[in-house]
Amino acid sequence: MIISVASGKGGTGKTTIATNLAFSLGKGVKVLDCDVEEPNAHLFLHPQIEKTESISTPIPVIDEDKCTYCNKCVEICRYNSIAIIGKTILTFPELCHSCGGCMAVCPEDAITETGRELGVVELGKSGNIDFIHGKLRVGEAMSPPLINEVRSYIEPDSINIIDAPPGTSCPVIAAMKNTDFVLMVTEPTPFGLHDLQLAVEAVKLIDIPCGLVINRSDIGNNDVRAYADKENLPILLEIPFDRKIAEVYSKGYLIVEKMPEYKEKFLELYNSIENIVGKA
Amino acid sequence: MKIALTSQGKDLDSDMDPKFGRAAYILIVDTETLEFEALDNSENVNSFRGAGTQAAAMVGNSGAKVLLTGHCGPNAFKTLDAAGVKVVNDVMGTVRSAVKEFDYDKATFAQGADAESYS
Repeated sequence: MIISVASGKGGTGKTTIATNLAFSLGKGVKVLDCDVEEPNAHLFLHPQIEKTESISTPIPVIDEDKCTYCNKCVEICRYNSIAIIGKTILTFPELCHSCGGCMAVCPEDAITETGRELGVVELGKSGNIDFIHGKLRVGEAMSPPLINEVRSYIEPDSINIIDAPPGTSCPVIAAMKNTDFVLMVTEPTPFGLHDLQLAVEAVKLIDIPCGLVINRSDIGNNDVRAYADKENLPILLEIPFDRKIAEVYSKGYLIVEKMPEYKEKFLELYNSIENIVGKA
Repeated sequence: MKIALTSQGKDLDSDMDPKFGRAAYILIVDTETLEFEALDNSENVNSFRGAGTQAAAMVGNSGAKVLLTGHCGPNAFKTLDAAGVKVVNDVMGTVRSAVKEFDYDKATFAQGADAESYS
């Protein structure tokens, strides 16, 4: 089982849901924090990091002695990461998306690979939960390859919970694709609804079953529920705007640690997901 | 001397384009004779990323020694620098007035990029 926890809007409670769900299920669960630009699941799960891997992506190096300035590499590069002016060649590693096109078209075999550091993947344990997250290098703009490295630790026979980045862009798709279920966390506000709609449209494109968690469910208005109804999106859990939850969160605890009555709700949430995935 | 200017249109009476990499046109103008050539930059206007690198290569390959523009990002500046093209930022008005007012000996050339990369 692979569940990705996503949202359109940031700050709706993806990490809260992902970590509390994982803790409630306990043994054998894997948490994969794929919000590599600002991972925060570790703030609540406090894992012991046992292993750190540096991750890089291939970028071209051009041998100027072999280059005949034919411009083919410049023409194929959609990201304009190679420039030729007269007999000067410049490469812009930070623009490169590592497609390998320049190497494939070079008639002189003048282009070889080197690496650009993307960041690190850290692995560890939080009690009996396996914990994996990625940390993007500060200044790096391309996160999907690092997200894919985090995802390489998925074990389909276990329960894998992916904490996705917010939004609807490439990193979000990288985190959600090929998962069994997308758990969409939202809040019943106009902003929450607006971004939820964008995210739901993105999930439709990659054709994954989806359900909602409404966080801070007793604020705002009823429009999110009306939208869920119209789109046939099941509302699997509602969490009220409760001062005690905010206090627990602010101290880096899980809700289920300090308010054990929530554990049953998270286990029910998992059962609902299992039912939907089983029928899909 | 040939200089390059970022322009919103194809002739000397067009307004300068404040953007470099994604300027509509780049005019290569001979400061003595006012003869000019308009380079269509639409391919870079629509590029995903790195517009500045290719616009800068185009300027470098045109033989222009100076670029007058509004703002120039880091990748464009690096490419122009490698091509030996000097950059003057914050140039406004029409292309014609910018060429007239330009004086190589009095110009303030940029020492680096003055705009952020879009990446």
